[in-house]
Amino acid sequence: MSDAARLTERLAQLAPDHTVRFSEEFGDAVVEVGPAQLVSTALELRELGFDRLGMVTAVDRGSDLVLVYRLQSRPLSAAVFLKTRVAREVAQVDSVCDVWPAANWQEREVFDMFGIGFSGHPDLRRILLPEDWDGFPLRKDYEDERIIRRPDYI
Amino acid sequence: MTLEVESREPRIDEAGHRLDELVVNVGPSHPSTHGVGRFVVHLDGDVIVKVDPVIGYLHRGIEKMAENRTYNQIVPLTDRLDYVGSMYANWAYCRAVERLAGIRVPERAEYIRVIVCELQRIASHMMGIGSAAADTGAFSMFIYTFDVRERIIELFEAVCGARLTYNYVRPGGVAKDVPDGWLDDVLAYTAWLPAQLAELDKLFFGNVITRGRLKGVGVLTPEDAVAWGASGPVARGSGVNWDLRKHDPYSVYPRMEFDVVVGENGDAYDRNRVRLVECYESAKIIEQAVAQMPGGFARADGLPRLIAPPPGEAYDHIESARGSLGVYLVSDGTERPYRMKVRSPAFCNLALLPKLAVGHTLPDLVVVLGSLDPVFGEVDR
Amino acid sequence: MIGGFWWGIVVGIGAGIAIAVAALIGVWAERKVSARIQMRYGPQEAGPFGLLQTLADTIKLVLKEDITPAQADVRVFRMAPYLVFVPVAAALAVVPFAFGWAPFNIASSALFFLAVPALSVIGILLAGWSSRNTYASIGGVRGAAQMISYELPRTLSVLSLCLLAGTISTVGIRDAFRLWWLPLNALGFVVYFIASIAELNRGPFDLPEAESELVAGYFADYSGIRWAIFMMAEYGGILAASLFGAALFLGGGFGLPGILGAVVFVALVATIATAMIWVKWTFPRMRPDQLMGLAWKVLTPMALVQLVLVGMVIPWR
Repeated sequence: MSDAARLTERLAQLAPDHTVRFSEEFGDAVVEVGPAQLVSTALELRELGFDRLGMVTAVDRGSDLVLVYRLQSRPLSAAVFLKTRVAREVAQVDSVCDVWPAANWQEREVFDMFGIGFSGHPDLRRILLPEDWDGFPLRKDYEDERIIRRPDYI
Repeated sequence: MTLEVESREPRIDEAGHRLDELVVNVGPSHPSTHGVGRFVVHLDGDVIVKVDPVIGYLHRGIEKMAENRTYNQIVPLTDRLDYVGSMYANWAYCRAVERLAGIRVPERAEYIRVIVCELQRIASHMMGIGSAAADTGAFSMFIYTFDVRERIIELFEAVCGARLTYNYVRPGGVAKDVPDGWLDDVLAYTAWLPAQLAELDKLFFGNVITRGRLKGVGVLTPEDAVAWGASGPVARGSGVNWDLRKHDPYSVYPRMEFDVVVGENGDAYDRNRVRLVECYESAKIIEQAVAQMPGGFARADGLPRLIAPPPGEAYDHIESARGSLGVYLVSDGTERPYRMKVRSPAFCNLALLPKLAVGHTLPDLVVVLGSLDPVFGEVDR
Repeated sequence: MIGGFWWGIVVGIGAGIAIAVAALIGVWAERKVSARIQMRYGPQEAGPFGLLQTLADTIKLVLKEDITPAQADVRVFRMAPYLVFVPVAAALAVVPFAFGWAPFNIASSALFFLAVPALSVIGILLAGWSSRNTYASIGGVRGAAQMISYELPRTLSVLSLCLLAGTISTVGIRDAFRLWWLPLNALGFVVYFIASIAELNRGPFDLPEAESELVAGYFADYSGIRWAIFMMAEYGGILAASLFGAALFLGGGFGLPGILGAVVFVALVATIATAMIWVKWTFPRMRPDQLMGLAWKVLTPMALVQLVLVGMVIPWR
């Protein structure tokens, strides 16, 4: 745990204007940045040694869509979460495909499910759903009469 | 539902010559036994110029469904993600739930989880190697690996009643403790296994035609493997020494002694061979787990029937047969998750296919796909 | 001079029946042998030991709808299976079944045996072409290229036998057999065996038709009885290749006379046919370029070496 705490401090020094905190739940550091600093922070983190992009996903928080990236580093034996919030109406962010090519298909999936555009992505189109699908299913306001709502228990 | 075909205009190369390409559609139902995947292949003569995988034929919306089900109800959903490896798919999800809700798993349950996960790994690799062999035409090899796999399935049937989707690893432990005598059966199996693996090794990997078909095909450099997020045997076949059981250990793996199997050349031969040799290591782990297993409960005591974790988020991952399988859960305090995301290794590994198949011929496409070992339940979710 | 018109009719019908029976037994043998290799039983229900299974399957195939693709060249499409089948049946007419006897004992029967089945290449090409299906024609072209390439090693290996025997009549070659020819011709026999498997588009060399793993093979558009004729041609080809292998290279029963020789002959034919089935179910498939490389860079030199060996021995024959 102390390793992660030290890493958190190092990250905080590196990027003083970002929010860097140590998350108990994750057991890892979380770096929160604004959408404009996403690619530059990603590059810095890659220079630090976080050469593996594990996961790109999003969470619909009502007014905002939160993008979550998980990075891992073999030499540092550490993992870091990179988060950024985009407003729902904007839903546009820069692609990190140039930093980690692994983002290619992951970003396509986020686009498919949440409708977040990634500028600079080489081939942004739907990946899991058919090309002519309407709507973005994982958004909380997605309407589809075929979805069955199960009864509440609590 | 009509699919728009991308532009069929002929491409012009730098010298101004027209490149006539033949567009071949492979799939979505083809006998390659990996599932439903469609590959639009552009051929220049015999050589593949571009491969465009079209996936989503098995997309069932598991992540959306999970938002509408309680934490225990989601476990059968995770069974159907990587249906060749239900045990470890359950486990990845349960680890995330336990992290989120702060549940402590008893030690006996951890050992049982390790045993079934390693058995599942062997079964999954047998399926992977078998179907890779069947793709190249060595159909008898497919049957032999399925015999090895069948005995594991029978062991699983004894422990939880199901043959493919087990719903066995639950938040807090496992569904039920193992039956009497089951551990002896497991040990008998791991004693029988190495001789079978040696035979399979000689039969398929020692064959000169296999080497001709598999060696040098779909070469993946270690740098690309890391940059493209490959994990599991796909990355290890290229020489990348990365195994979550050793390099980010979880559960009781720190108490086990085993080696990480790493290939050299990063071609289809090495990736498939890594899978075979890993089965030896899995057998070793199982034997150690059975020897070290304590008594106790198989499920956490005092677990509420409806798990409602405090608001927050958690991520946890395990080393599945395909790579690092992770689950990211966000809770809003209710009995259903606010968001569940499955980080699927087969999805990330399959992203490499367009890169690996270029420059080879059409029969090599099938070989490369077999060596990536996708399971479309996991790719599409 | 060659037996007359009516004898020709008898031999023709006999060859057709022989191939049908060969297909019946061949398919059964393939299913049983492959099943045993794969730790299972194979057909058991239809008839004793599942012997009538093929008959049942043939009846089913005959009852199937005869589909001709709308865009296909209909006359050629319908004719192609027979173009593949008839040359193989014709080859059976020159097999030396007994000492000094073959249904058609012509002076150049070895040449006949090597050349006439090669005509089925045309049938394969036409089958692929007339389907008006891109992938079928690719499969057809590949199959034709493969068969033409493997003609050469096969011919050369039989040629060394002709040199030894001093005649190109199959009857003459069988009659002239000596036991010490066995080790001398071992290399040639291996070449002949492998080249025959490749000629039949079988075993490790079946990429043109197992192109069906990816895309259609050259006979994908054939259904029902037309497909059955392709299969009969294949199993008839196995029979013909095994018969010639046993009769020419192994002296038809190792030169033993009478009933004993006949029994040994039949056993040898069965062994060679079983070996072909065995090889198919053990090895993976070769890629087309590897296949061609094998024919031109490995088998042809081996056959030439065999020829040189035989040439050195001629003065002492």
